[in-house]
Amino acid sequence: MKNSQMKTLLKVLSYMKRFLPLLLLSIIFAGINVALTLYFPILTGDAIDLIIEEGRVDFDGIYLILEKGVYAVLVGAIAQWLMNVCNNRMTYGIVRDVRRDAFATLQKLPLKYLDNHSQGDVVSRIIADVDTFADGLLMGFTQLFTGVATILGTLFFMFAINGRIALAVVAITPLSLFVAAFIAKRTFSMFQLQSATRGEQTAFINEMIGNQKIVQAFHHEDENLERFDEINERLEKYSLRAIFYSSLVNPSTRFVNSIVYAVVALLGALFAMAGGITVGQLSCFLTYANQYTKPFNEISGVITELQNALVCAGRIFELMEEKQEIPDKEDAVVLSEADGSVVAEHVCFSYEPERKLIEDFNLSVKPGQRVAIVGPTGCGKTTLINLLMRFYDVREGCIKVNGIDMRNITRESLRANYGMVLQETWLKKGTIKENITMGKPDATMEEILAAAKAAHAHSFIKRLPNGYDTMITEDGGNLSAGQKQLLCITRVMLCLPPMLILDEATSSIDTRTEAKIQKAFGTMMQGRTSFIVAHRLSTIQDADVILVMKDGKIIEQGTHESLLSQNGFYRELYESQFRG
Amino acid sequence: MAPLFKMLEASFELFIPLVIAAIIDQGILRDNRPFVVQRFFVLLLLAVIGLTCAVTAQFFAAKAAVGFATRLRHSLFEHIQTLSFSEMDTIGTSTLITRMTSDINQVQSCVNMVLRLFLRSPFIVFGAMIMAFTVDVKGALVFVVTIPLLSIVVFTIMVITIPMFARVQKALDLVLTHTRENLSGVRVIRAFRKEKEETETFFRDNDILTRYQLAVGRVSALTNPLTLIVVDCSIVALVWLGAKEVYAGSISQGEVVALVSYMSQILVELVKLANLIVNITKSVACGNRIQAVFETEASIVSGTVCKDKESENSVVFDHVSMTYAGAKEEALTDIHFAAKKGQTIGVIGGTGSGKSSLVHLIPRFYDVSAGAVYVNGIDVREYDLEVLRSKIGMVMQKAVLFAGTIRENMKWGNQSATDEEIWNALRLAQAEDVVKGKEGELDFVIEQEGRNLSGGQRQRLTIARALVKNPDILILDDSASALDYATDAKLREALRTLSKEKTIFIVSQRTSSIRYADLILVMDDGVVTHQGTHDSLLENCEIYREIYESQFKKGGKSNEE
Repeated sequence: MKNSQMKTLLKVLSYMKRFLPLLLLSIIFAGINVALTLYFPILTGDAIDLIIEEGRVDFDGIYLILEKGVYAVLVGAIAQWLMNVCNNRMTYGIVRDVRRDAFATLQKLPLKYLDNHSQGDVVSRIIADVDTFADGLLMGFTQLFTGVATILGTLFFMFAINGRIALAVVAITPLSLFVAAFIAKRTFSMFQLQSATRGEQTAFINEMIGNQKIVQAFHHEDENLERFDEINERLEKYSLRAIFYSSLVNPSTRFVNSIVYAVVALLGALFAMAGGITVGQLSCFLTYANQYTKPFNEISGVITELQNALVCAGRIFELMEEKQEIPDKEDAVVLSEADGSVVAEHVCFSYEPERKLIEDFNLSVKPGQRVAIVGPTGCGKTTLINLLMRFYDVREGCIKVNGIDMRNITRESLRANYGMVLQETWLKKGTIKENITMGKPDATMEEILAAAKAAHAHSFIKRLPNGYDTMITEDGGNLSAGQKQLLCITRVMLCLPPMLILDEATSSIDTRTEAKIQKAFGTMMQGRTSFIVAHRLSTIQDADVILVMKDGKIIEQGTHESLLSQNGFYRELYESQFRG
Repeated sequence: MAPLFKMLEASFELFIPLVIAAIIDQGILRDNRPFVVQRFFVLLLLAVIGLTCAVTAQFFAAKAAVGFATRLRHSLFEHIQTLSFSEMDTIGTSTLITRMTSDINQVQSCVNMVLRLFLRSPFIVFGAMIMAFTVDVKGALVFVVTIPLLSIVVFTIMVITIPMFARVQKALDLVLTHTRENLSGVRVIRAFRKEKEETETFFRDNDILTRYQLAVGRVSALTNPLTLIVVDCSIVALVWLGAKEVYAGSISQGEVVALVSYMSQILVELVKLANLIVNITKSVACGNRIQAVFETEASIVSGTVCKDKESENSVVFDHVSMTYAGAKEEALTDIHFAAKKGQTIGVIGGTGSGKSSLVHLIPRFYDVSAGAVYVNGIDVREYDLEVLRSKIGMVMQKAVLFAGTIRENMKWGNQSATDEEIWNALRLAQAEDVVKGKEGELDFVIEQEGRNLSGGQRQRLTIARALVKNPDILILDDSASALDYATDAKLREALRTLSKEKTIFIVSQRTSSIRYADLILVMDDGVVTHQGTHDSLLENCEIYREIYESQFKKGGKSNEE
């Protein structure tokens, strides 16, 4: 086992610690179950020995033995059930804990991690990987213990009955393991090919089904089906090989098993003739020979399963060990109500060290000022917002809110002072009302209505089937982009924080409604500091400061008039709007 | 084929106890050494035959399962492609994708398992019973009682657990939704400081999941112990009965051993079967989900007309109303206009006013609920879909490109387009610089969904893609939104140079984009409130004037305040 796997294993074990009593119980029950299961063939063997031939049968003896047998079976079965229950509890308990911890970590991960990793990947770690891990663990617990116990037990009983036959059995065993290992090695590469092709196919499906509207618009269905079939055929070929080779393990080991069985029959019969053992013992031996090799099959299966589980666990732990956000300083200030002054001093920032983005950025915003940020796509407008909200930390310099370095303020209280509406609207599954009151859970219905009316969302909300109690599906699937944006604006209108960030907040809303909302914002933001990122320059002409950004740098800064008179980039942007 | 060979294998396995019985009765009891050795080779032979049959069976099982899955995937993909927009909207893309991938895989492994084990197990169980009859009728009666009893145990547990598994799956879905939601909304959640609350809800859902899992685990954990009890008790009964029979002289000791080993074989098979049940229940659920997709029928069926009628109108909306599936209110109401060949039509209106719905009716992405849409004088419902759509070039709001080179993407509209034609289209779409700036130019490889291009670049390329098609009707559905005003203006200028035969629909929120259109439709709440040219609308239509002024107030609001 590799070092990293060892580490993962240790971590899994540490989760198991809480369930130590259950683990011990499970092992004890496994022991009882196996002992009794193995004891049963001995009893039947003994009983058979008492049946010799016509007229020579010891009924009393048989009765006694069989009575014992029934008890043994009952106790064994109960022990097995209890063991299963223990294992279930343990597995699902551990899985629950792992999932909890993983999710809790998620809340503390810096945005940097989340922005750089695909959502699908993170989700599959928390859901699918944990699930596979659970399956593997459960199988491991149930079969590993019983398997090992069965092998040891059978060996013990076999040696107890007749050492020489037992030796013969032991001698043949490695053959089974060897065959299994040989096949597993061959199969592995096939499985790799299979999963690679499967990945290719999934990507293709994702792309084409995900954008079916375009596919249909271009009538590209037939070409797609052709390509799909091509991948599908390759997948068929690899899958067939992978499945076939892997399914050889079973018959092959069963074959080895049969050889063992035959050898036992031969030797046993010879010994029996020589008077070394009785017929009953031979029958018992044969049953053992059957039972003895089975766990080997299972264990080799379990080991692959466990390895798989470990890999999954590794991926989960990897996520959990990702560097978390730097916690708030112990002496961090709780900012109760900011006055709205924001000062940036010599701020440098970049997502990747080698690609500089914002350099030596200075800005001083007085309370109540409106700051607009304009510039072509990809110029770093959103980055600035990321810094203001402290989704990312500055690399050099500092940003001060209320005259205090942001890093000395608790994140929670800092963010409480901002109201934010982003370009990508996000709504959670729940009612419209729940979504609006996210920032202020104790809002009264009057407040909600007032906010919705100010954001011009009221008219469409009241037309929904259940008004404010209408359920929104995941990510607002049943609303249009513009409607979603209106809801996000209502959300902010309701909690009225001292500082406001609008990142292309009205991009999906028509200009007429936008103008009205702007007006509402205007009255609402009186005396509050606001940052507005906008595409349409008409919406920001009355801002106190306009920052013109290009390639991550602020190239111009001033009011609308002063910028126009500079005849610079801003003027160019502004005039391009009116060219028809 | 697979079941046949499985049965062969199983039947050879069933001979083994008979051989053992012979060894005991004729070999050991009569001290016949050569006989024992001879039987040993019989056992080995049986093993070899068993192996051969098993391998053949595995091969056919794998082939059948994989082949089945491949066919299934093919027809599902084919079927999904025929679904129209309204079905896609209701079902949702992401679940279709899961059904195509993980659900089918689950079904595949299940079919494989069933072929391998499910056919084998009942066969061994009943085979063992029949063999037992050949050994001794009375002893075999024990089997007759045992087997139904076992089936009852297995099936009862299956019936109880299937709905429980479904419950677990639902709980898991909830956990999944919650996780995904938290990832996509991380910024909002943090901005509103909802981390703790979200974590608590997650813990609650997670606990529910664990509880359901434990409940189902407790029941399914009963399978093995219960079967064990039944089988072992039958063995006890067998020995007791056997003892009596031997005493009466009707069977031999060896035959008792044979009966006992048949019973053990049943046990082994049942344990395997029990382990399979979970797998099968899961697959049945997956199979149902796939079935549901197949049962969704495409609501839009292609017409048969391939030829155009002579008509001076390119697109006519004749009192068209449209309602989305599942919606209560009409999305479009009584739309009535005619677009002549070569005209440029502008569509403008507020958010959700129905602009996109309107243009989506032209290539018949949705069907009207009242009235009719005519293209070149023919009702679109009578048109052959392929012919109809080949006449229309559509650029959607969401600019999507596909994995492959730029050239491959451009050829989507026209497989036989030459490089020259592609460059022409790129030039018109203002995308020439974009492509020239990439390594390999037309051979530049675009990643899935065009991730390695910016929004504006993607948009220009999608416009070019529609132009390569050289369509009679070009529809730009708000497809210049990511372009800055300067590029947008250049693009519009270029489009004006297009052939006089082409009809162009421009959907936009900017009045500047549609200002020079021959006909402008002003939409509000699913209704065309006014139609006319820019100048007439400025005079007559208040909404249009408001939109115009909100965008063209030179000098800005500062004068006003």
